[in-house]
Amino acid sequence: MTGWLDALIQGVLLGGLYALFAAGLSLMFGVMRLVNLAHGDLIVLAAFAILFIASKLGLDPFVAVLVAIPILFVIGFALQHVLLNRALGRDLLPPLLVTFGLSIIIQNGLLQVFSADSQRLRSGAIETSSIQLGGGIAVGVVPLLTLLSAIAVIVLLNLIFYRTPIGRAFRATSDDLEVAQLMGVDIRRIFAVAMGLAFVVITIAALYLGLRANFDPTIGPARLLYAFEAVIIGGLGSFWGTLAGGIVLGLAQTIGARIDPEWQILAGHLAFLVVLVLRPRGLFPRAQD
Amino acid sequence: MPLLQTRGLTAFYGDFKALYGIDTTLEKGETIAIIGANGAGKSTFLKAIAGLIHGAADSVLLDGSPIGARPAADIVKLGIALVPEGRRLFPSLNVEENLLIGGYGRKAPGPWTLDRVYAMFPILKERRVSATPTLSGGQQQMAAIGRALMSNPRILLCDEISLGLAPIIIADIYAALPQIKAEGTSVVLVEQDIVQAMKVADRVYCFQEGRLSLTGRPRDLTRDQIHRAYFGS
Amino acid sequence: MDEASAKPTRTFRIEAAGRASRAAAFAAGVMLLILVLLPVFAGRTLIQDLIFLFYMLALAQCWNLLAGYAGLISVGQQAFVGLGGYLLFALTLLGGIDPLLAIPIAGVVSALFALPTALIVFRLHGAYFAIGTWVVAEVYRLVFAQVKPLGGGTGTSLTPSVTSSVPGIEWVKSLLDVRTPAARDIISYWVALALAAGTLALVYLILRSRRGLALGAIRDHEAAAAGLGVDIYRIKLAVYVATAAMTGMIGALIYLQKARISPDAAFSVLDWTAYVIFVVVIGGIGTMEGPVIGAIVFYLMQRYLADFGASYLILLGALGILVMLFAPKGLWGLVSERYDLTLFPTRRRLVVSARDDKRKA
Repeated sequence: MTGWLDALIQGVLLGGLYALFAAGLSLMFGVMRLVNLAHGDLIVLAAFAILFIASKLGLDPFVAVLVAIPILFVIGFALQHVLLNRALGRDLLPPLLVTFGLSIIIQNGLLQVFSADSQRLRSGAIETSSIQLGGGIAVGVVPLLTLLSAIAVIVLLNLIFYRTPIGRAFRATSDDLEVAQLMGVDIRRIFAVAMGLAFVVITIAALYLGLRANFDPTIGPARLLYAFEAVIIGGLGSFWGTLAGGIVLGLAQTIGARIDPEWQILAGHLAFLVVLVLRPRGLFPRAQD
Repeated sequence: MPLLQTRGLTAFYGDFKALYGIDTTLEKGETIAIIGANGAGKSTFLKAIAGLIHGAADSVLLDGSPIGARPAADIVKLGIALVPEGRRLFPSLNVEENLLIGGYGRKAPGPWTLDRVYAMFPILKERRVSATPTLSGGQQQMAAIGRALMSNPRILLCDEISLGLAPIIIADIYAALPQIKAEGTSVVLVEQDIVQAMKVADRVYCFQEGRLSLTGRPRDLTRDQIHRAYFGS
Repeated sequence: MDEASAKPTRTFRIEAAGRASRAAAFAAGVMLLILVLLPVFAGRTLIQDLIFLFYMLALAQCWNLLAGYAGLISVGQQAFVGLGGYLLFALTLLGGIDPLLAIPIAGVVSALFALPTALIVFRLHGAYFAIGTWVVAEVYRLVFAQVKPLGGGTGTSLTPSVTSSVPGIEWVKSLLDVRTPAARDIISYWVALALAAGTLALVYLILRSRRGLALGAIRDHEAAAAGLGVDIYRIKLAVYVATAAMTGMIGALIYLQKARISPDAAFSVLDWTAYVIFVVVIGGIGTMEGPVIGAIVFYLMQRYLADFGASYLILLGALGILVMLFAPKGLWGLVSERYDLTLFPTRRRLVVSARDDKRKA
């Protein structure tokens, strides 16, 4: 019995990580209608950035991430401004293929610079600490922090989107690009800011990715798929939906793993396909769309 | 010098030529009406001024400065606001947020604040947190006008604000026009409702298939003249 | 006096072939003959290289039909390459079926798998459809990694009894005086050539047919096509299933020739999607000539640059991005626009000719 309860708890905590992966993707799609095939690779890139900063400056990853965040915001802003704004338009193909090409470039660039070796973000004792809940169930501190960070990020994103002028601009742009311009919104700049913000979320996700497990240049695409599945399961248009989607995915995976460890990832994919068949709009879609 | 002037304004939709060199003027404080049949190019004319369609830089002059090639986000900062055809409120924003975003680009001092808009259209204050798709057509039109006013424009462009509305609602909306004019805003009205247009405009331009077919003051134009200009001979 | 009413009447004709395409058709026929006879005087390396070129071309034509014409941008076609490969292994190793016969069977079975797959992924649209197809391919990979009789996660090889049972090996050995492995490659070469030519012919016929006209309309402007009554869903479904069948057959051939399969290789996104997309984009998407050019360019790049490993892949990615942004119609697009050329006549042209018609009073 405790085995199943443990799987449930681990599933929810894993869901926090997936929600962090998904939040960035959701943000990009929400504002810019951009599905970024390089999303997973960007998370890995950010993880390497944190690793680099941590080792070069002798910082704990939790501090290194604070240094990495503004740097990655600027990189995201620049990437959108210079490259992705050019690809976006009415046609579906260019952004898809440009981000696909970007994915290949990032993976192989990281391979060149850092080699294919597995890496890990080291933070000392916290990595193995856990909180005892009694009855033999323990909750790892890092997974718990991941979930709490995911919740914090989503609260923050909702705050930005629903309580600030720029958030209004984000939502207006997503609704009607042409009329948003009539309000004085500089679309190219708004997209760049949105991308920068997405990169901040990506960096936070990268911190927990690197703390929880080993990473190497090739694991990006799998993270993209998890992020995507979490977004679809949760339903488009809602950040809280994305959290729910992440948790459902996490639960599917841990329960699948409980049945047979080799089935973990497959179980997640199957849960996604089931939701897609039964509720194509996701579990908590926004009213319009 | 007129406040706004168009000189040989030409516009294309892809290969299709919609405007064939339009010359108009707008003096400060004036209200001009653009009338014409469907497809005559009236909305295209407003979009060209508002910067949604680009043309030659000097085809549109604001206070003598060429703005014809400037993008829409710049045009609103210069003080020209468009109430688009079909209202086009933002469904993800509630009524108040729609009004607030009207003032996003242009931070100019002026009479139009949230309270002033609510004073002119009290129903909007009642429905301030409602989702805009739940508003009636007339209320949506009021919100769209209020949104444009929030940028404190020097020139307000109105594209078919009576479209699809019952006469009594149209009257309500047009009742707001004198208040707008009283604040010194110049207005360009595109209207299918000729009677309404003639009532409020200082001058009228008639478009026909992308060309100017008639211009003058309402009291100087005969019914016959308008008919011919509207439909062609 | 004659009251000749010389009223010129006009005739209208729909024509697809132009002068350039007729010349190209002749040249293609000659080239096909040369290619068939090539094993007589070509070395084994060239034969193997051409097998690679042919199946990349065939895969590219399929992806182009899917994405460039039907608007179904899939990054999951590796699902069917791997499926075809595994079906070949299953049919020959476990079922004892003739390897060449297994190829078309793999095609049919792939089509059968494609149908329910489509019903699921068609619930997604645009870019989400793309990632959905990737998820499906991953599911296929993970499932096949569980199939122990076919090697599970590490894969398996074709046994010598299977590889030497490919029909025609003895005939080729005696005719061309080569050993068994080379003979097998030559047979594979002919099959690859047949698949490439067959794919080209099939895609051409589809585009020339009424459905093809619909596809061209979908490619140009989907919403308008729907408004004209084109049944978008059914056409897309048909194209998806047809390309799955072709891709499955190509996958079967690929792994017959490689004789070794594993889930990671058979369902590789890089080999069967990234490279294929590159071929189509560089060559020119939405045209038939584009993938041909792209395949040749890609083959040359693979031959001379692949040794540079990660740097080569970075180059490919960068090139793909640049072409997508600055020359979206690809190399063929640049050529055809400049010279107004068409080699595969799939467009219809309205040909108007005038005729004089004199009548006597």
